[in-house]
Amino acid sequence: MVRGTRLPISVPAKRNKQALKLTRWIGLGLFGSWVLIALFGPLLAPYPMGAFVSDTIYGGASAAHWLGTDYMGRDMLSRILTGARYTVGLAVAAALLSSLVGAGFGMLAVLLPRWLEECVRRVFDTLISIPSKMMALVMVSAFGTSIPLLIVAAVLSYAPGAFRIAHSLATNLATLEYVQVAKTRGEGRFYIAAFEIMPNMIQSILTDMGMRFVFIVLLLSGMSFLGLGVQPPAADLGSLVRENIGGLSQGALAVIAPALAIGTLTIGANLLIDSLSKSRDTQKE
Amino acid sequence: MRNAMPKLVLGRLSSSLVTLFLVSLVIFTITSLLPGDTAQQILGQFATPEQVAALRAELGLDQPPLVRYWQWLSGFATGDLGMSASNATSVAQLMNDRLPNSLLLAAITTAISVPIALTMGLVAAMRRGGKVDRALNVVTLSMVAVPEFLVATLAVLIFAVHLGWLPALSYVSTVDSLGDFVRIYAMPVLTLCCVLIAQMARMTRAALIDQLDSAYIEMARLKGVPPVRRVLRHALPNAVGPIANAVALSLSYLLGGVIIVETIFNYPGIASLMVDAVSNRDLALVQACAMLFCGAYLILVMVADLCAILSNPRLRNR
Amino acid sequence: MLGESLTVRDLTICATPPGGEERTIVDSIDFSLTPGEVLALIGESGSGKTTIALAMLGYARSGCRIAGGSVQLGETDILSLNATQTRALRGHRVAYIAQSAAAAFNPSRTLMEQVTEGALIHGVMSRQAAREKAVSLFHDLALPEPDRIGDRYPHQVSGGQLQRVMAAMALITDPALVILDEPTTALDVTTQIDVLRAFKQVMRERGTTAIYVSHDLAVVAQMADQVLVLQNGETQEQNATARILEQPSHDYTRSLLAAARPHAQLSPSAGERGEELLRIDDLQVGYGSRHRDGRPENVVLEHINLQLAKGQAMGIIGESGSGKSTLARAVAGLVAPSQGAIQFDRRELSTTLRGRTREQFRRVQMVFQSADNALNPAHTVRRLLDRPLQTYFDLDRSARKARVEELMDRVRLPRTLLDRKPGELSGGQKQRVNLARALAAEPDLILCDEVTSALDTVVGAAILELLAELRRELGVTYLFISHDISTVRALCDDVMVLYHGECVEAGRCDAVLTAPKHDYTRKLIGSVPELRQGWLESRPLSRAEATA
Repeated sequence: MVRGTRLPISVPAKRNKQALKLTRWIGLGLFGSWVLIALFGPLLAPYPMGAFVSDTIYGGASAAHWLGTDYMGRDMLSRILTGARYTVGLAVAAALLSSLVGAGFGMLAVLLPRWLEECVRRVFDTLISIPSKMMALVMVSAFGTSIPLLIVAAVLSYAPGAFRIAHSLATNLATLEYVQVAKTRGEGRFYIAAFEIMPNMIQSILTDMGMRFVFIVLLLSGMSFLGLGVQPPAADLGSLVRENIGGLSQGALAVIAPALAIGTLTIGANLLIDSLSKSRDTQKE
Repeated sequence: MRNAMPKLVLGRLSSSLVTLFLVSLVIFTITSLLPGDTAQQILGQFATPEQVAALRAELGLDQPPLVRYWQWLSGFATGDLGMSASNATSVAQLMNDRLPNSLLLAAITTAISVPIALTMGLVAAMRRGGKVDRALNVVTLSMVAVPEFLVATLAVLIFAVHLGWLPALSYVSTVDSLGDFVRIYAMPVLTLCCVLIAQMARMTRAALIDQLDSAYIEMARLKGVPPVRRVLRHALPNAVGPIANAVALSLSYLLGGVIIVETIFNYPGIASLMVDAVSNRDLALVQACAMLFCGAYLILVMVADLCAILSNPRLRNR
Repeated sequence: MLGESLTVRDLTICATPPGGEERTIVDSIDFSLTPGEVLALIGESGSGKTTIALAMLGYARSGCRIAGGSVQLGETDILSLNATQTRALRGHRVAYIAQSAAAAFNPSRTLMEQVTEGALIHGVMSRQAAREKAVSLFHDLALPEPDRIGDRYPHQVSGGQLQRVMAAMALITDPALVILDEPTTALDVTTQIDVLRAFKQVMRERGTTAIYVSHDLAVVAQMADQVLVLQNGETQEQNATARILEQPSHDYTRSLLAAARPHAQLSPSAGERGEELLRIDDLQVGYGSRHRDGRPENVVLEHINLQLAKGQAMGIIGESGSGKSTLARAVAGLVAPSQGAIQFDRRELSTTLRGRTREQFRRVQMVFQSADNALNPAHTVRRLLDRPLQTYFDLDRSARKARVEELMDRVRLPRTLLDRKPGELSGGQKQRVNLARALAAEPDLILCDEVTSALDTVVGAAILELLAELRRELGVTYLFISHDISTVRALCDDVMVLYHGECVEAGRCDAVLTAPKHDYTRKLIGSVPELRQGWLESRPLSRAEATA
C-alpha cells in the first residue's frame, strides 16, 4: 500500500470547533448587547418611558416608532430600552445572590460537623422540592409583590440548586489527596476551603451561575407576565408583554417585541455559557 | 444482601414523606404566620375591629400557630381544605372542578413530549458530533431558554391570527368532536411541549453520551457490535436511571409551565385557579394548590429515583 | 483453529490533541508474525503500544487517525476494508482483550450474554453452540463453576476471574489474531500468575497468533516469542524474546531491562538501631457501625504492632485490600483507629488531626501515590513548596525563596519549573515535587504510599534512587507502603507483610524476603514474575487450580 493513504477511520475532532466559535459569537453578541442596553438603554431611548407620544395604539413599526406603539400609544422601543434594566438587573442580582448563598453554604457544609451539615442539607432539600414558580406565587400571595420580595423568592428557589452543585463538588474535592495533604500539614478548615478547594470549583460555579441567571430571567418575567411581578409604573420586559397582550389578536408588534427581547436575552446567555463550558472541557482533555 | 432492595425503596419512600412534611411546614409558615391577615382580607379594609376579631375566632385564627398548623395538616387527610375567601365555596370543591382539566392537559403533553424527546435524545447521541446532533444541540439549547409566553404568543400569531386555524383562547366546555378537541388543545400543548421536549432531549442525550464514552462501549465496538445495537442494547439499559431522572425533572418543569399556559389561553385548570387565588390573596386556596403542586413534584422525583434503584444491576442482582 | 500470519508495514498513526496541531504518534512500524506466534509490544506510557495494537482491529481512538501503512492478516488487508467489513472482522477474526475487565464488561448484562454476543452477531454459530463453547472455554480457563458462572453479572465475580471471562469472550469465535492489551496489569501478582497461566495454555492449544501489549518485561518473557521495543511511537529494537533479554542491542532496551531487574540494595542497612521514633501498639482500624465491644462492622486492619527507629526504613507490603494504605493513613491521622495507640518520639500521637501539635504535623509527612491528585492543580510549584515553609517556619520571603530553590535542587528539578502548575509537568517531575514538598517540612518520618506505582519503570527507579539518597544524606525515616516487593527490597531494612488486614510476617528485609516462613509470604514472593523465560512453567500450580 502506498504510504500516506488517507483512511477515514476516525473523525478528527476539528470539525466541531468552527461551530463552537459561531455559537459563542452569536451568544456573546446577543447577551452582550442586552447587558449594554441594561446599562445605557435609558440614555438611548428616544422618548421618556411613560410619555404618550402617539395617537395610534398598537401601532406598527414606523420611522418615528421603530418598534411601534403600545396599548396607550407609548413608544415601544423606549419602553423596552428602559424595561430591560429591570429584567437584566433583577436577574443578575438574584443570580449573584443565589450562587453566593448556595455556594457559600455548599462550601461551609463540608467544613461543618456532620449533624450540622445534615441539617443544612435538609433545609436546602426541602426548598428545592418547591418548584420555583410555586415559591414565588406563595410568597407574593402572603406578602404582596415588590422588587425585594421577587429577589428573595428567586434566591429561595435557586440557591438550593447552587448549593447542591457546590456541595457535591466540594465533597468530591475534599476527598482528593491534595486536600488530605493539607490536612496532614495541619492546615485549618478555612485555609483548606478557601485555597485548596475553592480555586478548583470556581469555574463550575460561574457556569452554574450563568444557568441560574437564565432561569431567573424566565421566572421573573413569568411573574411579571402574570401581573404579579414588577408593578406599574415600572415595567420589565415581562410586564410589557402582559400590558399589550390585548393586541395579540391583531398581531401587534407591542406584544411580539418584548417577548422576543426576553427570548434573545436568554438564548444568547445560554449559547454563550454552553460554548464556554464546552471549550473548557476540550481544553481539559 | 438480597434484602437490600426493599430497604432502599422503603428508605426512599419515607424520605419523600419527610420532605413533603417539611415542605408543608415551609408553605404554612410563609402563608400563615406572617402578616397579611386572612380575616382582614375577607372583610376588606372598612371592617370594624370587632368584626375582624369575630371572623378570626370563627376561622380559628386566634389559636396558637402550632394548633393551626396541625388543624391545617389534618385537613388534608380528611379532605377538608377550608373555605376559599374569594369564591365563598370550599377549596376542595374548587380544586375538584379544575383538577381534571389540568391533569388532562398534563397527560396529553406528557404523552406527546416524552416519546419525541427520547427519540431526539437517542438520535443525537447516536449521531454524536454529526450534523444532526449539532443542529439539535443549537435548537434545543435555544428552546430551553425560551419563555413559554414567547412560544405561546408566536403560536397564537401564526395559527390563530395569520392562518386562522385555531381559536386564540381555550374553552373546554364545548368539546363535541375530535376536531374541537384538537382545536382547543393544540396550542397549549404545543407551547408546553416545546420547552419540555428540548430539555428532556438534552438530558437524555447527555445521559447516553455518558455511557457511550465508557470502556464497555469501546469493547462492544471492538467486538464488531453495530452502532444501533451498541446504543440500544448496551448503553440504554445503563442509562435508564439518569433518563428517568431527566424525564421527571422536565415533567416537574411542566408544573411551572402550566401556570403561564393556562393563564395565557384562559384554560380553566388548577394553575390558573392558583394564579387568581394569588391575585386575590386567597390564602387557603393558595396553600392547597401549592401543596398539590409540590406533592406532584415529589412523586415525580421519587418515581424517577425508584426507577434508578430498580434498574441498577448491582442492586437488582446480588 | 489455527492463527493466521500477520504482516504490518509502515504503519503510521497521527493524533490531533484538542486545540493543537496534528502530530505523528506512531511512526512507520513494521513487523510480521507467522501463524501461532506471539509478539509483545513493550514500552512506557505514551510509546504508542496500545495505539498500534488497536490498529490491528482497524480502530483508532477518537482524535487519532490511521494515516498510512498496511495491516495484512492472512489474505485480508485490514486497513482497506470499509466500515461493514471492518465490523465483520472485529470480534470474529481479530479479538481484543482489554486491560480493565471491570470497565470493559457492561454492568447490566450477564457474562454469558456478553461472551456469546460476538459469535452470535457474526453468525458464527447457533446460540446453543455458543453457550456450550463458552462453558468449555470457562472450563479451560480454570474458572470456578464453569457451568453457572455465565449467569452472573460482572460485579459478582472477582477481577482475576473477569479477566479470564474476557479471554473466553475473545476466543469464542476462534479468532485468527488476538490482541491482549495489558491484560494483567490491574491484577495483584498472586492473581496474575493464574491468569497468565490460563491465557498461555488456551493460546498454545489453539495456536492463536497474538499481540501482547505490556510494560512489564518479566511478564512478556513468559508470554511472547518476539519482542518489539517502542519509544515515542518508534521501533527501538525488535528481536526474539531470548535475545532481547540476554543481548539487548539498543540502549533504551538496556535501560528498560535494568529498571525491570530486581533492584540492588540501594541504601546500606544501618548496623545499629537508633532511638525509637514510631511505635504502634495493637492497632485496629475499621469503618461502619460499632458492635458493643467497640469492634467496627468492617475491620480493615487489626493487631498491628510496629517499632520504627530513627533513620530506619520499613516496607509494608501487601496486595489490594490488605490494609497497607490504611496503616499509613492512620499514622498520618487521616483515619481514626478503633483501638490501639500510636507513639511518636516516645510521646502519644493523637489519633485525630485535631489533637496534634504543629510540631508533630511537621515531623510526620505523607507522600501519596498519585502525584496527579496530590498536587493541587490550581497552584504553582513555587506555591506548593512555599506553603509548608510558611506554615512551619518563621522565614522571611527571601529565605523562603532560597529554601524553595534548594529543595528543587535537592530533588533534581530545574528551577525553571517553579512557576509552572502541576498540569504542565511529567509524571516523574510531579512525584519529585511531591517529595520536595514533604522535605520542605524537614520531617523525621515520611510515609510513602505507593510512590512509584503510578510511574513508568525507568522513572520509578529514578524516584527510588532519590529516596535512597535522601535517606543517606538527611537521615529521614521511611514507612514505605508498596505492593512491589523489589522496590521494598531495594529501599528498606525491615519489612512487614500484610494479608487481609493482619500482619502475617515481619522482620529484616533480607531474612523475610529470601526465606519466608509464612505460606502467604511464600506465595506472594513466588508469584512475582522473574525476568527469564520458562519461569511461569517452573512455578508449581496453586492449590485452587490443582483442584479445578
